Amino acid sequence: MKGSEVRVENADKKFGDFHALKNVSLTIKKGEFFSLLGPSGCGKTTLLRILAGFEDPSAGAVFLDDTNVIPFPPDKRHVNTVFQNYALFPHLSVFENIAFPLRLKKVPFAQIKEKVVQYLQLVHLVGHENKKPNQLSGGQKQRVAIARALINEPSVLLLDEPLSALDAKLRHQLLMDLDLLHDQIGITFIYVTHDQSEALSVSDRIAVMNEGRVLQIGTPFEIYEAPADTFVAKFIGETNIFDGTITAHDKNFYTIDTDGLGSIMVTSDRHFDIGKRVRHAIRPEKIDITKEKPTGLPGDFTVLHGKVSESIYSGFQSQFYVETDQKVQLKVYQQHESYLERGPAIRWTDEVYLNWDADDGYIVELI
Amino acid sequence: MKSRVGTAYSLPLTLWISVFFLVPMAIVVLYSFLTRDTGGGVRWEFSLDAYAAIFKQTDSGKFIYLDILWYTLVMAVGATLVTILIALPCAYYIARTKNNTLLLFLIIIPFWVNFMIRIYAWVAILGQSGILNEGLIALGILKEPVQFLFNDSAVLLVLVYTNLPFAILPLFTTIEKFDFGLLEAARDLGASHLRSLRTVMLPNIQGGIITAILFTFIPIFGTFAVPDVMGNTSVFMLGQLVTSKLKYTGDYPMASSLSVVILILTVGGLVLYTAFQRKQEKDKRVFIDEGTL
Repeated sequence: MKGSEVRVENADKKFGDFHALKNVSLTIKKGEFFSLLGPSGCGKTTLLRILAGFEDPSAGAVFLDDTNVIPFPPDKRHVNTVFQNYALFPHLSVFENIAFPLRLKKVPFAQIKEKVVQYLQLVHLVGHENKKPNQLSGGQKQRVAIARALINEPSVLLLDEPLSALDAKLRHQLLMDLDLLHDQIGITFIYVTHDQSEALSVSDRIAVMNEGRVLQIGTPFEIYEAPADTFVAKFIGETNIFDGTITAHDKNFYTIDTDGLGSIMVTSDRHFDIGKRVRHAIRPEKIDITKEKPTGLPGDFTVLHGKVSESIYSGFQSQFYVETDQKVQLKVYQQHESYLERGPAIRWTDEVYLNWDADDGYIVELI
Repeated sequence: MKSRVGTAYSLPLTLWISVFFLVPMAIVVLYSFLTRDTGGGVRWEFSLDAYAAIFKQTDSGKFIYLDILWYTLVMAVGATLVTILIALPCAYYIARTKNNTLLLFLIIIPFWVNFMIRIYAWVAILGQSGILNEGLIALGILKEPVQFLFNDSAVLLVLVYTNLPFAILPLFTTIEKFDFGLLEAARDLGASHLRSLRTVMLPNIQGGIITAILFTFIPIFGTFAVPDVMGNTSVFMLGQLVTSKLKYTGDYPMASSLSVVILILTVGGLVLYTAFQRKQEKDKRVFIDEGTL
């Protein structure tokens, strides 16, 4: 692996009264595609700027393969950045933008040319080398920025919301390109984004941040299926949340008396004492929605009856807002893969039954 | 249709420039090719005398006018250089300050005072019984007053002082528009702080620097009042020469030919510079041949 391990230890950053980073510690493995995910102002960009060397932490340290890099200025760190607004040099051509780091090192021109051509090919920009940045499309600019950041062969590439200025389709394309690029060159990628779907689709691991803290670090699967707290559960994907009190416990099976939805069953591999207040979450796509009352379900299923208060058709799936008899709103996604078997579509104001397995529910945290 | 509307919009400006700029300029050029009339004015006879006179030598072989031209050039280049060197950090500082209204206001304030009064204010400061001499004597640094006036340094000082705002303002507007994120990108890619300023900031604020140079060099090159008040009476700058030709000798063709020379030198330099820039830009193109692919 050519990449470096990045270790952040107790990083803290204050801007005047604003506490941007609160004692953040995390370890990013060699060659990992690691995402820092959170809403704006969560501290993810501050952390990235500390890694790049543009900000010094008020306290704490950053290690690149066991070297504390805090004393080093940005130009002395083996880390390069792809900036949100591309930050291409407007007075230089595409070629000279990509060649910039090599020009600084006074590399002979023949070598510069060879290497720049190699990176132009890597980002599919051969033929654009004499254009100025203002003659390029957003996606092309982004690719120049990536080539320029990679030509120094850094051990860590920092990407600061690199796709946020592009339209959805291009964003997806470039995201796949980035993933491929990461597989090709094998260095550590640290990707800052507020877009959970971007983070989920390409990351090896994700750190979810909010208000200057890291709330959870895990694989996309772990973060989606086992969110560490309410914020993570709500920020990543959609979820239905209800609070309740644990009334019974049998091995992994917990019975929760919810506030308003009656008694439901849920499995958890963690231990919760009877009588504790907990927060329970169920993802919309894990709820089954039917017009007929489901029969023959095992006892650990939760079955609710309600009325569709809103239905949104979006091709591959439908989204329903169902108001249960207990006057609780639930969000339900129905995939359309078995449309013919399932019979007529469920419509607005239809009476429906909702059911889900205890395995699909999740106890988020004690409250 | 579109172009006709455009023409209508540009008509007032076209008229203004024609009447107050192009026509007077044409008159000056025309006069420079006419013959001097005794008692002031011109006779309508074509003549190159006014241009030939520029190369006139004294009996000892001294070029009177060319020496003045050279002296003016040295003074103007020097004053412009010092002005830009002071204006750059000032403009940078103002552009990077968040609430810079007061700072900009301070730069504009001197314009509320008449130009001549501002020059004479320096006489009051630098004169034999001026604030500087009195102050230095009171502090015991000087025993008796020193003549700070009537030398090249005094002229340079006041030229820089009067032209500084004209350099700071265009520099400020370009630096303010400059994306300072580019400096971070340069640092990130391996440039030291100074190097990032030189390789990234400087080329991107070049337009502002050229404007600042033009805004200071052109008026300084033709300046009259400052060297007249502050300068050594034994040397002339071109502006003073033109004035004396007009006011005292009534030599209109000579005054005109000198003005044309000033014009050619100031505009010609700029034209050469832009041509050079374009060529460099073209030379920088990279050709990737099939072989390298």
